[in-house]
Amino acid sequence: MSLDASQFVFLVTALVIVVSALFVVTARNLVHAALWLIATFAGMAVIFVLLNAGFLALVQVVVYIGAISILIIFAIMLTRRVMQDTGPQTNANWYWGAVVAVGVLVAALTMLQLPNALTLGASSLVPGFSSAPLPQPAEFADAAAFNTATLANLGLALSSPDHYLLPLLLVGALLAVAMVGSINIARDDKERE
Amino acid sequence: MSIPLSWYLALSAALFSIGVFGVLSRRNAVGVLMGVELMLNAVNINLVAFWHYGAFGPSTGLAFALIVIAIAAAEAAVGLALIISVYRRRKTVVVDDVNLMKF
Repeated sequence: MSLDASQFVFLVTALVIVVSALFVVTARNLVHAALWLIATFAGMAVIFVLLNAGFLALVQVVVYIGAISILIIFAIMLTRRVMQDTGPQTNANWYWGAVVAVGVLVAALTMLQLPNALTLGASSLVPGFSSAPLPQPAEFADAAAFNTATLANLGLALSSPDHYLLPLLLVGALLAVAMVGSINIARDDKERE
Repeated sequence: MSIPLSWYLALSAALFSIGVFGVLSRRNAVGVLMGVELMLNAVNINLVAFWHYGAFGPSTGLAFALIVIAIAAAEAAVGLALIISVYRRRKTVVVDDVNLMKF
């Protein structure tokens, strides 16, 4: 079978994601693990671009690479003294973790009916889903117009009471509560009277 | 030719299992949180892939992926605040040592 350009990009990105994720969970030095995590997030942004979700790729870069990674690196630096990157970084039962992880992987891939599902042009294995993406609607001149319309649709859906206004408001409330709560938890005890 | 849906699902399954392994095997609590982030990212691949291949309407998958990202941010903030608080009181970030709710 021959690969076209997008499949080649997908396979390379998937390889980068899986390898850097493996380093995230196995690196002895936690700062290195955090840097591998950033590589994983960047690969995810590429995957979102391949899936025609450009806005989500942007959000991925801003929120995950820009905010969460920095937060994690700060937490590692603030708690560095006790874990000097020497000694075991895995707990005593890590092989049970490996067994569970392999079990989850095998179960998921069994449901996908691998390796048949990986061959190109296989019929749909998930009911209700075609094995090829939906064709781009004819009324859009090019991919850029299609993406603009998708983004407009997303904005309308998120601000419409018939769709996702309530989840959006709930997430906003959750974020506000989480921020206040985490500041309260992390505040130094000596500062409160 | 385009990328089959099952490729995305297989990538997502691999990423999720790696995250599970990270959560179960890391001693450092920050490492456990990084495993959770990997698992949430795997979920996002699934949501956006199913959205891309149709059947959920024009923006359902994207909206829920955005919500997952926001919840991941909240989870990371609260989790890291808890780790820093435990570190202040107990001088440890090893998950095995933090087995009491109150000390």
